[in-house]
Amino acid sequence: MKHFQRTIRDLHQLLLDREISSVELTESVLGQIDAVGERTKAYLLVTRELALRQAKAADERLRAKRDVKPLTGIPIALKDVLCVKDVVSTAGSKILKGFTPPYSATVVDRLESEGAVFLGKTNCDEFAMGSSNENSGYWPVHNPWGLDRVPGGSSGGSAAAVASGEAIAALGSDTGGSIRQPAALTGTVGMKPTYGRVSRYGLIAFASSLDQIGPMTRDVVDAALLLQSIAGHDPRDSTSSQEPVPDYLSGLQRGVKGMRLGVPKEYFVAGMEPAVEQAINDAIRLLEQQGAIIQEVSLPHSDVALPAYYIIAPAEASSNLARYDGVRYGYQAEGAKNLIEEYMLTRQQGFGAEVKRRIMLGTYALSSGYYDAYYLQAQKVRTLIIDDFRRAFEKVDALLGATSPTVAFPLGAKTQDPVAMYLNDIITIPANLGNVCGISVPCGLADGLPIGLQIIAPGFREETMLQVAFAFEAAADFRKLQSPLMRAAA
Amino acid sequence: MAIATRYEVVVGLEVHAQVLTQSKMFCRCSTDYLTAPPNSLTCPVCLGLPGALPVINKKAVEQTIRTALALHCEIAPFTKFDRKNYFYPDLPKGYQISQYDLPISRNGYLEFEVGGEHRRCGITRVHLEEDTGKLLHAGAIEESQSSLVDLNRAGVPLMEIVGEPDLRSADEAREYVMRLRAILQYIGINNGDMESGQLRCDANVSLRPPGSKELGTKVEIKNMNSFRAIHRAIQYEVVRQSEILSNGGNLIQETRGWNDAKGETISQRSKESAHDYRYFPEPDLPPLTVTAASVAHLRESLPELPAARRDRYIKDLGLTAYDASLITSAKAFADFYDETRRLGADPKKAANWILGDFSRLLNADHKEIQDTSIQPKHLQQLIALIDSGVISGRMAKQTFEAMYRASDPEPALTAAKGSSQISGDAELAGIVDQVMAENEKSVADFKAGREQALKFLIGQGMKLSKGRANPQRLEALLREKVS
Repeated sequence: MKHFQRTIRDLHQLLLDREISSVELTESVLGQIDAVGERTKAYLLVTRELALRQAKAADERLRAKRDVKPLTGIPIALKDVLCVKDVVSTAGSKILKGFTPPYSATVVDRLESEGAVFLGKTNCDEFAMGSSNENSGYWPVHNPWGLDRVPGGSSGGSAAAVASGEAIAALGSDTGGSIRQPAALTGTVGMKPTYGRVSRYGLIAFASSLDQIGPMTRDVVDAALLLQSIAGHDPRDSTSSQEPVPDYLSGLQRGVKGMRLGVPKEYFVAGMEPAVEQAINDAIRLLEQQGAIIQEVSLPHSDVALPAYYIIAPAEASSNLARYDGVRYGYQAEGAKNLIEEYMLTRQQGFGAEVKRRIMLGTYALSSGYYDAYYLQAQKVRTLIIDDFRRAFEKVDALLGATSPTVAFPLGAKTQDPVAMYLNDIITIPANLGNVCGISVPCGLADGLPIGLQIIAPGFREETMLQVAFAFEAAADFRKLQSPLMRAAA
Repeated sequence: MAIATRYEVVVGLEVHAQVLTQSKMFCRCSTDYLTAPPNSLTCPVCLGLPGALPVINKKAVEQTIRTALALHCEIAPFTKFDRKNYFYPDLPKGYQISQYDLPISRNGYLEFEVGGEHRRCGITRVHLEEDTGKLLHAGAIEESQSSLVDLNRAGVPLMEIVGEPDLRSADEAREYVMRLRAILQYIGINNGDMESGQLRCDANVSLRPPGSKELGTKVEIKNMNSFRAIHRAIQYEVVRQSEILSNGGNLIQETRGWNDAKGETISQRSKESAHDYRYFPEPDLPPLTVTAASVAHLRESLPELPAARRDRYIKDLGLTAYDASLITSAKAFADFYDETRRLGADPKKAANWILGDFSRLLNADHKEIQDTSIQPKHLQQLIALIDSGVISGRMAKQTFEAMYRASDPEPALTAAKGSSQISGDAELAGIVDQVMAENEKSVADFKAGREQALKFLIGQGMKLSKGRANPQRLEALLREKVS
């Protein structure tokens, strides 16, 4: 087994035992990036020198047994929406081409203080807007399970990197499913923590009230480890929670015996592929065999979550993206004759089609005369969805469903139909609107393409969600599944 | 005056006041931007860099609540921030964090007097927002080839005080702003400097037939940088609007800028091209809950406010209402006055000096009382010199101006004492004779060799001369006569 194929926990032990060094490990991962990077296109920027420098520092730390943390020396990829001091950070957009922030995101600071190694910035849909990574301002990402397939989005680069061995783990961001859906489509574990669990400081914003940073890993233990290091209040983010951070690892192995798990009937949406539905039903049965009490529940407003999301998220985005005006940083159009033209040309040329579409949608929804009919109405729907979850969680401890109604689709299949593309997120969006947490774990393959099981738990009950996820992973043993790109290298 | 009788003037003012906290509204950058090099007081938050997030400055919220309390407003138990979206290079995020439908406070009032009449203007709301940066153009903005952006001011806490359209003249508008400024100074919001932009004022001006309840078409006037400008701009606008209306014309709702040099308002923007600011709740900031206990605590922290101080001056010190209003109109004025009194000056005399000669000189030089080197002790000493008859009133006026002009007032004060000194032996001889006649015992004691007695006699001589005798000459003459 190559180093790059292992999990954080295994590697941590090997590093502690001096079986390998962080530099060796980092070189192993960088070697895999060299080998398959041109095929997946998972990275926008590989920070080779930085990674090796950090690996050397981590080895020092390990040698001195000084302040060694679970992530010390572990090579990790960062979605390009995360600001890293002195490293180009563009959110996958041409409008931020070359932008080098003079500060790091809080999560980046935290990983850095643990001694993690930064491999680079992973590709994503521009400003995290998309479900296939085809909206990247630079190039699309290819799924390591089938290079003609999308990896999902928007954290498609992070997902592909973890699935192909181009990173041991990665951070992504999830506004409507952008961690969970690509995790499902690439056979990896992806978690969206509860809004407020992880600081958003330094996360290039898409929709501020929905964005949340989370781990993308090979297995559930790694997800717990990574969450442990990034979770917690941050005085620089007023929306980050003061809620204490529990130990996410200690309760992982408690099992699901006696746990009440709900299956929302609304999550078996029209258009769900039969193989996906089959895999989800199998997964539910497996958890039942492990002792869980399965019951059907209803989240009656699930059908209006998607339209509400496509009001709220673009509304916030239209405002969040106003700062990209060419005046202070990033792309600036040439040849403008006056200020208004400068704005228009810069934004016309700097933003891609989907970003422009959402800016227009959001601007419209917030406009005088339309605000009440759209934005305010959508906020009311959001309240209904929060209530749906609250009522469901009075009956059950966690919810089960598919992450995505389909497996990875071919590149280009949905690019001409934005609404078909939006429907990818129909089962992931409610968790963002409902202030709950969700995780996707691999639960099978259909025609060689991964399927994800989504587990949703109440707000700030990540430990419950991880407990179910771990139990399923252990029972199903899909953990050993590796993408062809990863296998080929072994 | 025909105009004034044909139409009723309706004015409502929006006043913006910077809240001079140590740090900015949503980051830790200093607010001390007036002298700092451009863009030196900035950080990712106030530069609007991607991913940076705002954190509310608690002190700025408290200062706004204190101001609202001083203006008799209701404090909202639940308040939130909203985004006001528009594009301009001085606005780094493309939106201003402000407050829309749930401001910190509402429904207050401000009382003042104009022409001896008591007036009250409603306060619609007091809310908190962030200031913008500054643009520097080479010459006129229309011709400038490029503009420079300085974001030191961006993010400085800015309080907006929206008044009801209760003002009926330019005089009232000016008085309202002056009283408001005094309150802000008393609370320590800022120094009330209009030229530097600490305090800014926009006026909504409209006319209507007397007795009408409906408001006429309003015009918003911006860019008035002094009390005088506020007064002139409103007066100009009243004349302009009434001429249009008198000629059967219609006014358009628009924004007009005051050009101080030309003395006129110039159209900037009509309603048709008005912005749609697309306000929505700021998702980066959770709403604030303001408890009754914290409001009570802030209320207790309020200093004596201008109105109370004014009433106290009238009641306890016997000042006229007019004088009391003037002295309390600026905090530095009233503080100077109180200190002068505390040192022993008579309240009315101190008031007369401050409102008379001192104000006249300050006004002529466009200076504030704190800009001069004259301290309360100097004025108190000057008044004492007049009281003891050392100098005449006329001489005191000359002395005061000399003190005012000098970088150090002390020499002028000493010179005033010296110039009236009696040094001539002939005049002093009379005093010595009188002292000796009235203090035979002390004269005898001194003859017996007790130096202490001579000191007493000198003191008596000084007293008799009302302090004007030259002490050295007086001593010499006493020694001579006694021996």
